[in-house]
Amino acid sequence: MSVIIILLLPLIAAALVCIPLKKYWASGVTVVSSVAILILATRITLRVAAGNPVVSTLMFGLQQWIAVDGLSALILLLIAFVATTAAIYSVGYMAHENLKPSKLRLYYANYNLFVFSMLAIPVLADPTLVWIVVELTTLCSALLVSFQNTREALEAAWKYVVLSLMGAGMALFGFLVLFAAMQASGSNGVYTWDGLIVAAPTMPPVLLQTAFLLILIGLGTKVGLVPMHTWLPDAHSQAPTPVCALLSGIETSAILYVILRMFPIMHASPHSHAETWALVLGLISVGTAAFLLLQVRDYKRMFAFSTVEHMGIILTAVGLGASVAGYSAMLQIVSHSVTKSFCFFAAGAALMAVGTREIAAVRGLIRKSPAASVGLVLGGLAICGAPPMAVFLSEFSILKAGLMQKQYVATGLLAIFIVIAFFGIMLHINRMVFGAPENINGESPEENHLEPQAVENSHLPFSCRLAMILAAVPVLVLGVYIPKPLDDLLTQAAAALTK
Amino acid sequence: MSETTSQLLVNLNALATGLFLLTAFGIVAMRQARGCLNLFIIQSLLLAASAALLGLRHESSHLYGVALVNLISKPIIVPWLLRRTASAEIYTRREIDQVLNIPTALLIALALTILSYFLAQPILNAVAPEFRGPNVPIGIAGLLLGAFTLTVRREALPLLIGLLVMENGAFLAGISIARNLPLLVELAIATDGLIIVFISGVLIRAVEKHVGTTAVGELASLKEAAAEPAAKEASK
Repeated sequence: MSVIIILLLPLIAAALVCIPLKKYWASGVTVVSSVAILILATRITLRVAAGNPVVSTLMFGLQQWIAVDGLSALILLLIAFVATTAAIYSVGYMAHENLKPSKLRLYYANYNLFVFSMLAIPVLADPTLVWIVVELTTLCSALLVSFQNTREALEAAWKYVVLSLMGAGMALFGFLVLFAAMQASGSNGVYTWDGLIVAAPTMPPVLLQTAFLLILIGLGTKVGLVPMHTWLPDAHSQAPTPVCALLSGIETSAILYVILRMFPIMHASPHSHAETWALVLGLISVGTAAFLLLQVRDYKRMFAFSTVEHMGIILTAVGLGASVAGYSAMLQIVSHSVTKSFCFFAAGAALMAVGTREIAAVRGLIRKSPAASVGLVLGGLAICGAPPMAVFLSEFSILKAGLMQKQYVATGLLAIFIVIAFFGIMLHINRMVFGAPENINGESPEENHLEPQAVENSHLPFSCRLAMILAAVPVLVLGVYIPKPLDDLLTQAAAALTK
Repeated sequence: MSETTSQLLVNLNALATGLFLLTAFGIVAMRQARGCLNLFIIQSLLLAASAALLGLRHESSHLYGVALVNLISKPIIVPWLLRRTASAEIYTRREIDQVLNIPTALLIALALTILSYFLAQPILNAVAPEFRGPNVPIGIAGLLLGAFTLTVRREALPLLIGLLVMENGAFLAGISIARNLPLLVELAIATDGLIIVFISGVLIRAVEKHVGTTAVGELASLKEAAAEPAAKEASK
């Protein structure tokens, strides 16, 4: 029941924010509904972690349409968490933009719809319905990406829509083939993720393989796996910062979850090569992203490429053999989500302080905006996997699992790519934060584009600080201590991966 | 159902799918935006016809549902939505310089069609004999030709139609192998198609208003290297 409330809340919020009331009405409603969702999601998660998966049966000829097991609950909790911090961050960030009230209402309406479409991904049990909400995430976020209506933002939004929907078209065919495979298997099960696992051993392997590849490539486009990643840095850098945090931090993971759901089905069938595909695509993504990270010019794009890298790492971890690396892969999803959203909050703080996204134009940020600088350094170190942060723990355990599996080549490559990415990101952040500070004091002529009012506004709004502090808590804590319920949840999620 | 009617339905379905393929070719090559839209409407009608014929042949009410949904949503609502969101002006656009010239594009489209027959073969071998028909290979061809349209066109409307052709292709193949999809799912997929049109329409209008062109394929300022002027402009 609370699952249905979780799905209804953002829809209600989206309707409520359209009412033209006082200045903080829309943002207030969004924050309240996000916090409520977070509380409900935590309750569900605790219940699932204690070993009671939620299953709901309902109407419309769909025998079973909601199912929340460990893996779903994990993703649900992450979405709720990032949506909450991003909603709090939005309050100050969007006020800073000085928008017309109607435009602001449009933002929040879209924001809530986008959150709704993401929350629906992990809880729905019917794969075709999941496909539909995946498509909805694209459509609800497209107008958020183009929100600033600049030439670049529109280009990014258009690329995002066209490539994601192209992928979705392939994935749709994949899901229809999967449905056909289910019928051909002769089992009378329900067309849900669990039903598919039951039916998988008797499915024609050709159909299952075709479906898997179509879904991997189709949805991989939206995850940003490398040959299909070209839209991702554009869209994830042009959107308003809180939306970037949602897109990069959690949307990619939520879509990856759908791909991960295919793995247990493939395991149940004889001769599956799902692991090999995951390993190859994952390593290509990590490698390409690591080298692209060295030559970025825009710091929001930098974090976007880092998302491609991390999606690659997760997929590689799954490819290394889910039974060993599954737990680490799940931990990596968690640590990436919390860390990446924090990174984007810090990048947004820097953007508010200096008014440019170019790395080359930002030097000596530490004097201008200490809060943004501390955030950037902390976020950069955390996302690169410096100890004792969360990403370090998960990346380390992935490498360890790789060595235990005797996958020396893949593990070695992964380690090298992670190190390259580390240097790429820290090089840029170091220059921005500590690089030659005299540039910023307005003596050199090329500094004219730092507008005076940008200097005035360089202090961070309270809500942005609050969101950054909230987001920083799990980044720091998860590196040294994993609470018992979360540990249970990760174990269950890993088990769902290998079932 | 007698043997002859059944055979007749199979033949009619083959005709519908054949024409479906022809419209997909037309969309690759057609220069007028308006013409592309018309071909897409014909294609959707053919998809509905194929669903209805398969429904008759296999006595499946689900397929009638698909036919009905397609009949209402695509030929009627899509053009209306486009006119409302993106303004009727984009219908008048002509595309003079495609990325490839038309004969080359058509030759590649032909190669893709042949490829799709090879791709469909293993799938056809795995399903029961009564599901085998021209729907799967032509559906895959529709998927590939739609994707190909996306790569060779620059004008916004043909690009959008390329996306919709991909979805049509996936459907044409899907209805012949995945019979009993719940009606709710079909309705949801159709609604989804309309949301695609709506959002793209809004985007097209925004591009036209703020950039002054609808040739969205020519927007290419976001890159890693050599993006200096654009990045400067964005930073202001």
